[in-house]
Amino acid sequence: MTASAAPHKLIKSATGDWEVVIGMEVHAQVTSNAKLFSGASTAFGGEPNSHVSLVDAAMPGMLPVINEECVRQAVRTGLGLNAQVNLRSVFDRKNYFYPDSPQGYQISQYKSPIVGEGEVVLELDGGRSVTIGIERLHLEQDAGKLLHDQSPTMSYVDLNRCGVALMEIVSKPDIRDAEQAKAYVTKLRSILRYLGTCDGDMEKGSLRADVNVSVRRHGETALGTRCEIKNMNSINFIGQAIEYEARRQIEIIEDGGSIDQETRLFDPNKGETRSMRSKEEAHDYRYFPDPDLLPLEFSQAFVDELKAQLPELPDEKKSRFITGFGLSSYDASVLVAERESAEFYETVLARLADKARDGKLAANWVINELFGRLNKEGVAIAASPVSAEQLAAIVDLIGEGAISGKIAKDLFEIVWQEGGDPRALVETRGMKQVTDLGAIEKVVDDIIAANPDKVEQAKAKPAALQWFVGQVMKSSGGKANPKAVNELLKSKLGV
Amino acid sequence: MTDLTSLTIAEAREGLASKSFTARELTDAHLAAIEAARVLNAYVLETPDRARDMAKAADEKIAKGEGGSLAGIPLGIKDLFATRDIRTTACSKILGNFIPPYESTVTSQLWRDGAVLLGKLNNDEFAMGSSNETSCFGPVTNPWRREGSNTTLVPGGSSGGSASAVAALLCMGATATDTGGSIRQPAAFTATVGIKPTYGRCSRWGIVAFASSLDQAGPIARTTRDAAILMRSMAGHDPKDTTSVDIAVPDYEAAIGKSVKGMKIGIPREYRLDGMPAEIEKLWSEGAQWLKAAGAELVEVSLPHTKYALPAYYIVAPAEASSNLARYDGVRYGLREPAKNIIEMYENSRADGFGDEVRRRVLIGTYVLSAGYYDAYYLRAQKVRTLIKKDFEDCFAKGVNAILTPATPSAAFGIGEKGGADPVEMYLNDIFTVTVNMAGLPGIAVPAGKDTQGLPLGLQLIGRPFDEETLFSLGEVIEQAAGRFPAPRWW
Repeated sequence: MTASAAPHKLIKSATGDWEVVIGMEVHAQVTSNAKLFSGASTAFGGEPNSHVSLVDAAMPGMLPVINEECVRQAVRTGLGLNAQVNLRSVFDRKNYFYPDSPQGYQISQYKSPIVGEGEVVLELDGGRSVTIGIERLHLEQDAGKLLHDQSPTMSYVDLNRCGVALMEIVSKPDIRDAEQAKAYVTKLRSILRYLGTCDGDMEKGSLRADVNVSVRRHGETALGTRCEIKNMNSINFIGQAIEYEARRQIEIIEDGGSIDQETRLFDPNKGETRSMRSKEEAHDYRYFPDPDLLPLEFSQAFVDELKAQLPELPDEKKSRFITGFGLSSYDASVLVAERESAEFYETVLARLADKARDGKLAANWVINELFGRLNKEGVAIAASPVSAEQLAAIVDLIGEGAISGKIAKDLFEIVWQEGGDPRALVETRGMKQVTDLGAIEKVVDDIIAANPDKVEQAKAKPAALQWFVGQVMKSSGGKANPKAVNELLKSKLGV
Repeated sequence: MTDLTSLTIAEAREGLASKSFTARELTDAHLAAIEAARVLNAYVLETPDRARDMAKAADEKIAKGEGGSLAGIPLGIKDLFATRDIRTTACSKILGNFIPPYESTVTSQLWRDGAVLLGKLNNDEFAMGSSNETSCFGPVTNPWRREGSNTTLVPGGSSGGSASAVAALLCMGATATDTGGSIRQPAAFTATVGIKPTYGRCSRWGIVAFASSLDQAGPIARTTRDAAILMRSMAGHDPKDTTSVDIAVPDYEAAIGKSVKGMKIGIPREYRLDGMPAEIEKLWSEGAQWLKAAGAELVEVSLPHTKYALPAYYIVAPAEASSNLARYDGVRYGLREPAKNIIEMYENSRADGFGDEVRRRVLIGTYVLSAGYYDAYYLRAQKVRTLIKKDFEDCFAKGVNAILTPATPSAAFGIGEKGGADPVEMYLNDIFTVTVNMAGLPGIAVPAGKDTQGLPLGLQLIGRPFDEETLFSLGEVIEQAAGRFPAPRWW
């Protein structure tokens, strides 16, 4: 399926329907202890200039040495994006002056990136899916940071981030609306987090996106002139920026104007994009192969080894959940969206006495009871008061018929509030379902004897049996086994 | 006792071992010589205290029998090499009073082996020049003079301080660097021996970069044997420079005196230039005859792309330089000129900090890498480079062991004589040497004779990759045949 054939939102306007065409460049910080070309730490939040090596500060005579772990991370990511991994790639210098770039150039990959074409499959509402092409992925250095609030007359430079490895992941212009754009970043982030190649923390700037937006009349095949919205660090803002930018461009064209190719910034307070620099002001980066670095070369065996060790990715996991445990596509998607939630569910599964029987039940409990509660209380999965082991025990108790679903909710509440072993709690607090027919029979007989009118009703209309079930459950404090009660009532009343 | 400064490294090594003199005495003799020869402007920084400390330490090690291969040997270091806690400027105003907190790999290996640092040697600014006239510390004077003349001559460049100091007995040997001929041309102008090893043989870590794909460190010394001794210490793989090569360093000194019988020596016809002085031509054939007499076989070879080497070099080297020198921006170290904003600060600092020749090359380099010009200049120059490399490969594939050429198209010239109106006049100095850098090969310049005015002339031998040993063997043959050429002392 090609992206343009996928269902997507068109923008209606006075002169007809418009299609938005979006391509993205996502900058993902590589998870590694050291920087791309130096041994300095990548730890976040150090004192300014405390993680800076001689290489990062571009002292005279310093030379870059590639961090092999960053190479492995890029290859893993390429494999996770089903992309072509290039056994030979080249580092280039992108030349420009700025105080956050001590070398006076950024080491990047221009003509020969480490990863070529790949794809990301997005699932959209209503079970639709769309494939977004990946153009390339390359490794490059991050820049430092300017501090403008330290002095009234000077700017200061913090080089802690300078030289940290980034993966620039460039999509094809296959994205067609804000919803797809948001889904793309969400999915990409999820894949990176599963792979462990980027922590995906957008607040800390570990994942940023440049969004290229153009519009064209529906049915046209040529691309319109694009504007690039730089440095977006929130998925919601990406959506807002695209909506705004598309409308802005359509208005200009409909008013007889034309779009200037330019770089724009999104202002989240005003919800609008603003021009940052025009094409004429664009730098000539004078790219050329970095003579300090040999071409990056590795063997297919190196790639194969990384491939063999690749973790299960969200798409594979999702289909395993569906086929293995009968989960709905929606539930499976919810569970795999975040690596942590999938891992939590997997731990619950591993602890279940009978996961074939109770896997689906466990999914319901993880999603509805646990995630619902965590969301409500604003607690992260990692800090959940109910552990995977405890939740598995609760699901086991339901599955084996020891407690009802209703009692289970009470039990969950106790575990949430007080902790403890669910199985022991059921015993000590007398929450176990009563399946002893003798004990139930006495209660049933008493209720039948006291309510002859209801007996008549039930005989005439079997649905009225539920009233008796309710009464029995009530007087047993919810512990009577509903199934046993039902059968007993049926035989007593002869319905 | 003979003047200790006139000893070779090999001789001094014996004297130290036999306790004829101490490292401290050897160093003191050199410090005195340096002080007396300041008129040459070879040193931009003298480090007598450091020198005496290092000499003392060397004496202690020698006494315990733990002296390294260079224990107590006083050396001068080109100011392009970072020396820990000692000012390193690349002879550029833009580095100002820069004191590196690190030591270059090459110099740290020399200190590991016991050598003594006398001071930092003058060079062309950022090693850009062929006469040592572009240094912010002013030009270096060659100890050699034309017979019957007081005209001060250049020692060549960019390692002019190194060559002048070695020739004038101001150190026993010196480090140098060679991007297009900066070791070999000054060696030829001063009757010293200079070798640019194969690209990747020495680490570039801690050497101020000019053109990364061409820069190589090497020694300048008074004899082939001394150059071999220094080379062994300077060479070696360095994980901090990924372009350095992990090949064991041989005992280069063992190649001195080794027979060259049966070696094939290529004489490239393209190096015979129109209008080449007859004395250069004569020297070249003399050199060939000496090698033949030693048992080598002479073969005429062709290096057809030679004429494109210099123009291509003056695209590749400035391109890399324009990028390598971008870090001198006044933000973190070195010269910063006050300004209203950051762009102005860059402009003022770089305009004031870089000399004319450096600015010219930054401009050329920026131009040839610009959008729309990249393919026509930089890319084409890289293709030429590949062809030049192939010329040599074809030649070596035919069994040629080394190639003999003149080192320079002329002897030393006067300060201010060349390049004033046309920089190309100066660039032509490197016509015989740049091909070697473009191909990444080793090349050695050895003194071979004098011109009619009594100025020294050198011959160049170009070798196969990582076969510096053959160059030392052949260089020794020339040295034995030509004799040595001690510089006059007039200061």
